[in-house]
Amino acid sequence: MTPAQETHPPALDVRGLVKEFHGREVVRAVDGLDLRVARGEVVAFLGPNGAGKTTTIDLALGLARPTAGTVRVLGQAPADAVAAGRVAAVMQTGGLLRDLTVGETVRLTAALFGTGHDVRASLERAGIADLERRRVGRCSGGQQQRLRFAMALVSEPDLLFLDEPTTGMDVMGRRDFWSAVRADAARGRTVVFATHYLDEAELYADRVVVVSRGRVVADGTAAQIKDAAGVRTLEDAFVRLTSAVGTSAGGAR
Amino acid sequence: MNPTYLVLEIRRTFRARRSYLLTLVLPPVVLSVVGVTQPELVVSVALYGAILAVTGCGAGVAAERAQGWTRQLRLTPLRPGAYAATKVLAAMVLGALSIVVTLALGAARGVDLPPAVWLGCALACWVVSAPFAALGLFAGYLLRVEAVTRVLSPVVTLLAAAGGLFVPLDGALGQSARLLPTWGAGELARAPLTTGIDAGAVANVVLWTLVLVAAAAWRFRRDTARV
Repeated sequence: MTPAQETHPPALDVRGLVKEFHGREVVRAVDGLDLRVARGEVVAFLGPNGAGKTTTIDLALGLARPTAGTVRVLGQAPADAVAAGRVAAVMQTGGLLRDLTVGETVRLTAALFGTGHDVRASLERAGIADLERRRVGRCSGGQQQRLRFAMALVSEPDLLFLDEPTTGMDVMGRRDFWSAVRADAARGRTVVFATHYLDEAELYADRVVVVSRGRVVADGTAAQIKDAAGVRTLEDAFVRLTSAVGTSAGGAR
Repeated sequence: MNPTYLVLEIRRTFRARRSYLLTLVLPPVVLSVVGVTQPELVVSVALYGAILAVTGCGAGVAAERAQGWTRQLRLTPLRPGAYAATKVLAAMVLGALSIVVTLALGAARGVDLPPAVWLGCALACWVVSAPFAALGLFAGYLLRVEAVTRVLSPVVTLLAAAGGLFVPLDGALGQSARLLPTWGAGELARAPLTTGIDAGAVANVVLWTLVLVAAAAWRFRRDTARV
């Protein structure tokens, strides 16, 4: 461990996290999840639908309250880290006003975080500087996603969550989006992204965390996870890991 | 509250042509239908326009909840209460414009009042219309946007008619009108035209303000609570 990591709290520190939703029946979306992400890491968060990825991200953003366990973001409570602009997120859909222009949206976001934020730089780093005057409603899905990315960059967060950021994008849109994210992560930002595209995890993440039924079932580099599962592709490892739990009560984990 | 957001929100109010035109056109149309001769009716209809405008914030809130904008704002330092206040203030700017348009039409049609009385009525309309923003917020945090847009204007128009804003009501209708929020607001809006303020009207406005604000706060808390 380097001295910097010892003195700085981790980017994300999740311990024994449990989240239950009480409806007609109790649903345990997150079931004792432990995860530490060091600063500067780019982590892919994989899991089938309903594995608890989005719920975990919501808890780390202070949008929901844990049933049990703790989440610390950069040593702070999630809501405090969000208000200070130290953690930001790109959600899969929504969160935009269609009648605003791209420039207005980012300028408003910057204004909400106070003065001194470089709107132009955020637009450029997200690759949408040429779209500044375009109405959000006229932007393609990929352009809107890069706008969300620009909004997330405005406060210069140390930690960035991307929740299935490229779902529904075409190949070019995905490539453009990831090249913007990669260029940004190279500057040292910590990135945690949830995705269904295993190739994105393999290409862009330093570390892959597989969750199933609200728990971490594998954690390591893509190569380590394939080796541990004894398979040749990440997809095979993913299928094996996420179907092993739950097929039988005594199944291997 | 954030000034940049407020200015942008006011600009957005005037971009949504359909809703703001309705707010600026409907009161003059009503004025033409009921026929203008008395200053009381002009002021009452101006109040109706202002109430339409301020309750309009509800449709915006419902739409922005559905679009995930309010959730997005929770990833910024802006507090949900400041968001609601921004929506209300922008709607009140439209309300002020609606009041000016209606009163100006009344003056153009020959209603003759001293400038101080015009100004007093305009301010009174604006102030007593404000609590109806809480009705808009209540609807906006309770219902889907389609329901809000479909329900709110008819409800406001019905309240205005039953509260005696379009024609003075007598007998049983007049008695029941006194229970409605539009009646108390109307009495206070017209107060600069008369001498003295009706204590019953003040009580009506105070009580309805409490009820509407409590209702809005209840739904607001329900919506913004972290679960």
